[in-house]
Amino acid sequence: MKSGNSLVRARDLHVSFVSRDETVKAVNGVDLDLAEGEVLCILGESGSGKSVTLRALMRLNPKGKTVMSGALTVAGHDMMTLPDARLSAVRGKVVSMIFQEPMTALDPVFTIGRQITETLIRHEGISRKEAEQRALDLLELVQIPSAKRRLGAYPHELSGGLRQRAMIAMAISCRPKLLLADEPTTALDATVQIQILLLLRRLQQELGMGVIFVTHDLGVAGEIADRIAVMYAGRMVELGSVGDVMAKPLHPYAQGLMGATVHAGTRGRRLTTIPGAPPDLRELIPGCAFAPRCQYAGEACRQRMPDFTYPVAGRAVRCIRAQELAA
Amino acid sequence: MLYYILRRIIYIIPISLAVSLVCFMLVHIAPGDPIDAMVQPDTPQEVIDRVRQEYGLDRPLPVQFGVWLLKVVQGDFGTSLIKGRPVLPDLISASSATFILACTGGLLGFLIGCVFGGIAGVYRGTWIDRVFLGSAVAGVSVPHYWLGMVMVIIFSVNLNLLPAMGAGPGGSTEWAWDWEHIRYLILPSLTLCVIPAGLVTRTVRGLVSDIMSQDYITTLRGKGLRRSGIVWHVVQNAAPTVLAVIGLQLANLMGGSILVETVFAWPGTGMMLNTAIFQRDIPVLQATTLVLALFFVVLNLLVDLVQTTIDPRISRR
Repeated sequence: MKSGNSLVRARDLHVSFVSRDETVKAVNGVDLDLAEGEVLCILGESGSGKSVTLRALMRLNPKGKTVMSGALTVAGHDMMTLPDARLSAVRGKVVSMIFQEPMTALDPVFTIGRQITETLIRHEGISRKEAEQRALDLLELVQIPSAKRRLGAYPHELSGGLRQRAMIAMAISCRPKLLLADEPTTALDATVQIQILLLLRRLQQELGMGVIFVTHDLGVAGEIADRIAVMYAGRMVELGSVGDVMAKPLHPYAQGLMGATVHAGTRGRRLTTIPGAPPDLRELIPGCAFAPRCQYAGEACRQRMPDFTYPVAGRAVRCIRAQELAA
Repeated sequence: MLYYILRRIIYIIPISLAVSLVCFMLVHIAPGDPIDAMVQPDTPQEVIDRVRQEYGLDRPLPVQFGVWLLKVVQGDFGTSLIKGRPVLPDLISASSATFILACTGGLLGFLIGCVFGGIAGVYRGTWIDRVFLGSAVAGVSVPHYWLGMVMVIIFSVNLNLLPAMGAGPGGSTEWAWDWEHIRYLILPSLTLCVIPAGLVTRTVRGLVSDIMSQDYITTLRGKGLRRSGIVWHVVQNAAPTVLAVIGLQLANLMGGSILVETVFAWPGTGMMLNTAIFQRDIPVLQATTLVLALFFVVLNLLVDLVQTTIDPRISRR
């Protein structure tokens, strides 16, 4: 873990979506720390709460339907109590986000240039002309060829890879301290995925941003992350450095996840599957949420959710058998 | 872009030809003989034949159409059978009266619809939404002429606030934008705006709530844009569809205000058409129908052109 000032500090973060008929508990007590300039990857399958956690960090979940609790500080701002007007000054300036699908995440009737300049004008208070120059520099920074022409292009006129580059240019336009990336490569072709990943890694190093990267792709995680957090049913179940977790996952769910994915560690081995399905987030069971699918689960697992244990230095696992699994 | 506009304008020519043919034919397909309406029932047959010859009504239909079209192109819409004077000056003054009424009603409907629909869309699913949507449905469903009469009873008869008939003091047809004339415009344009207002409300409501749930709105919030900045994005995304709806509604108002114009005795094309139908005044009927149909064609063209200009996703080739 890199030392440095704390950029993100979340304690016991809960997010649930409330409607008239039901309450979906998407995030159930997440603790999260990120130092400046650090890259954290949140791994987990669909519905594990990783995207919701990410959006919660900038309070971007749909207003009116979302209930949040816990403590959350981002770059010194108390995100839980920040009034809306000040929140909008933080969003895009201190913390910004890249989305999974750049086709739908960009406004189809605004040019790329306008979408970048409006962010700059909003936060930097510069003139349109200056903003246009900055936008041009940004497009060059994210290596969009013939950038000048692309400023006047609409999203549908660009390829998927270029759209995502434009999205990245928009997100980093105000030099945020924290970049949140919500599966930014999932919607792209395999070859383009690598390019976008390399670009993000370069930008992270050049600009020194802290990055939280949500993915279900282990290869992506290994490529870019310093640390990995594995999420299941809205909780973190394992935390550790990328090398440790990839080489020897300790939580049974993390083990299942690694075993089910093609990456360097599974070479020559048969891929396994995790039996069963993710839990229903409308009614969480009292014990470990993974217990019904876990081959090691015992009676104690079904009583209460285990706390984090620290079987090895720098690693945290939320499993009562972590110690013996680490051995 | 220029090529696109030119091509669209050229397309208008065959459309207009077809429209004028239909206008011409409709009158001849419809039962009833104009001569019968003109002359006394006991007029001798040779007089009828002479009149028929005078108006060219004895020649074969294709010839009649050709002659009529040739004159129309030169701006000669013929002579009214009833009034015995050229149709064109009457038609111009009626068209401008209708134009004033339709534009006012359309603009009112557009504004009311945007406000109602915008509010309903933002508050979709709440009681606010249901109130605005309910009034929109009521607006579309209420019969024009009935609403017009009710308004006359309330505002003219009972409250004596606004005039019930005509387009100016003393039955004058010269329009002017002063209070003396605008008073006459209020009731008919309010009556006329109800249907477009309802339609625009429903369109805007659907668009706004759809756009607000799009991913890019989340992106905009994530960029830290202020509410006004986000509203601007919503407006630009909704504009092409809303303008298309209001453009076609305007075309409808130009031709479809027959009932309202009749109720309020508004001296526009609708009333002219109504009178011409009852009097079997064929030249007037043909001219009015043609002008209204051409309004429709031209407004359609304008809607297409405006949409192409403001929506970058429509191909400009």
